[in-house]
Amino acid sequence: MKARALTLLFGALLAVGAAHAELSVPALTARVTDQTDTLSASQRAALETRLKELEQRKGAQLAVLIVPSTQPETIEQFGIRVAEAWKLGRKGIDDGLILIVAKNDRKLRIEVGYGLEGVVPDAIAKRIIDEIVVPRFRAGDFAGGIEAGMNQLIRLVEGEPLPPPAKRPARGRAIGDWIDWIGTAFFAALIFGGMMRRLAGRLLGATIAGGFGGLMFWIFLGSLTGALIIGILVFVLTLVMGFGGSGGPGRRGYGGWSSGSSGGSWSSGGGGFSGGGGSFGGGGASGSW
Amino acid sequence: MRRWIAILALLAASFSLGGCGYNTLQETDEQIKAAWAEVLNQYQRRADLIPNLVETVKGYAKHEQEVLTQVTEARAKVGTIQATPQLLNDPQAFARFQSAQGELSSALSRLMVVVENYPQLKADASFRELQAQLEGTENRITVARNRYIKAVQDYNVVVRRFPTNLTAMLFKFDVKPTFAVENEKAIAQPPKVDFGGSAPKK
Repeated sequence: MKARALTLLFGALLAVGAAHAELSVPALTARVTDQTDTLSASQRAALETRLKELEQRKGAQLAVLIVPSTQPETIEQFGIRVAEAWKLGRKGIDDGLILIVAKNDRKLRIEVGYGLEGVVPDAIAKRIIDEIVVPRFRAGDFAGGIEAGMNQLIRLVEGEPLPPPAKRPARGRAIGDWIDWIGTAFFAALIFGGMMRRLAGRLLGATIAGGFGGLMFWIFLGSLTGALIIGILVFVLTLVMGFGGSGGPGRRGYGGWSSGSSGGSWSSGGGGFSGGGGSFGGGGASGSW
Repeated sequence: MRRWIAILALLAASFSLGGCGYNTLQETDEQIKAAWAEVLNQYQRRADLIPNLVETVKGYAKHEQEVLTQVTEARAKVGTIQATPQLLNDPQAFARFQSAQGELSSALSRLMVVVENYPQLKADASFRELQAQLEGTENRITVARNRYIKAVQDYNVVVRRFPTNLTAMLFKFDVKPTFAVENEKAIAQPPKVDFGGSAPKK
């Protein structure tokens, strides 16, 4: 009995807590995210295809998000959080755009990335909302409104001379990473490897240092290939290094490394979908129906 | 033995170099500057919209002289405050800047309330465009301010936390001012609801 009361109380507390917490940003898995089952599977697939084709042609990443509600936040507050989490658009070009519909709040918003503010200025976004989407929403035609609105936005983006889409993720970045890796491995070998050599001898010390370095990388960066490469590098460096051991520990995990690399690859050609690292500054317009 | 001492000394030196936070200070300081530039940029964008907006509203709502004058005056006042990066190192100037922008915000929102009484104005295409731009700019200002607040937070934590506060003291990095809610008291009080003459009189 007491236990049950406690569970009830706990549940109530949880509910209160949830009511105050911000809505969490849905994970980005597809170009069209519909949490309200407003669109049929075929409608969604058709929209997905159009947006995917646009990205292949122009490189711009457009997405649609339909949520039941953004309460307790306004749609603008929620919108910028989604934009910051999804990072649509290519890094540096910032050609991302999100159409957000909060169905029960009867509110919608077009969130425009920096790079598209030229083709989709606030006034145009507002007109698309007021003149194209809202009339259809009022008539209860959600799929039609979203489709017509997105078509108009696609047409606008098509007209913008954006840099052509990259065929593959750029190599330059990978080379930068390599230099980072080698630098870190060198430091690790210098300090840790030096100590291990002293304590355990040349070959054994190098093995321990290599293994440990690799393990650290695996733990911190989650890349097994990287860990193997680092391990071998540290091993070789420690073996070759002629003197006992000096220097200090370099700071492990260079600053921009861990976060930067995740945003690097954009839109893996297969089933998944991810943002390319574009940024948003609150441009766009909101409306209600 | 001597070798071990050398190793220890090197270890200590590199720890203190990595841990003193000098680079972090530089980095976060630059981030603040960038975020602040964006805030100014968006405020400027708003100020640039106002002359057109006032002209358009005048065409339909001549009787609203008072509100229009308030907006124009508030904008002029904003224009007189030199918004340089040095503003960030002077909390008083920062407060003046903030209050001037706040006045402009409230004058603009009064104007937008007044406008509701003029259906013809609301239907005017160029007014609608200006209104959309103004709304978009206000939202951008909010976003830019939030990003500035975050940047300052990151920086101030570095400046105040031990041991990086020693480095900050040595290189004269001060805590930076941030945006605050101006009328905290007014917001904390529940709004009064007045239904016109229905209140009982005694």
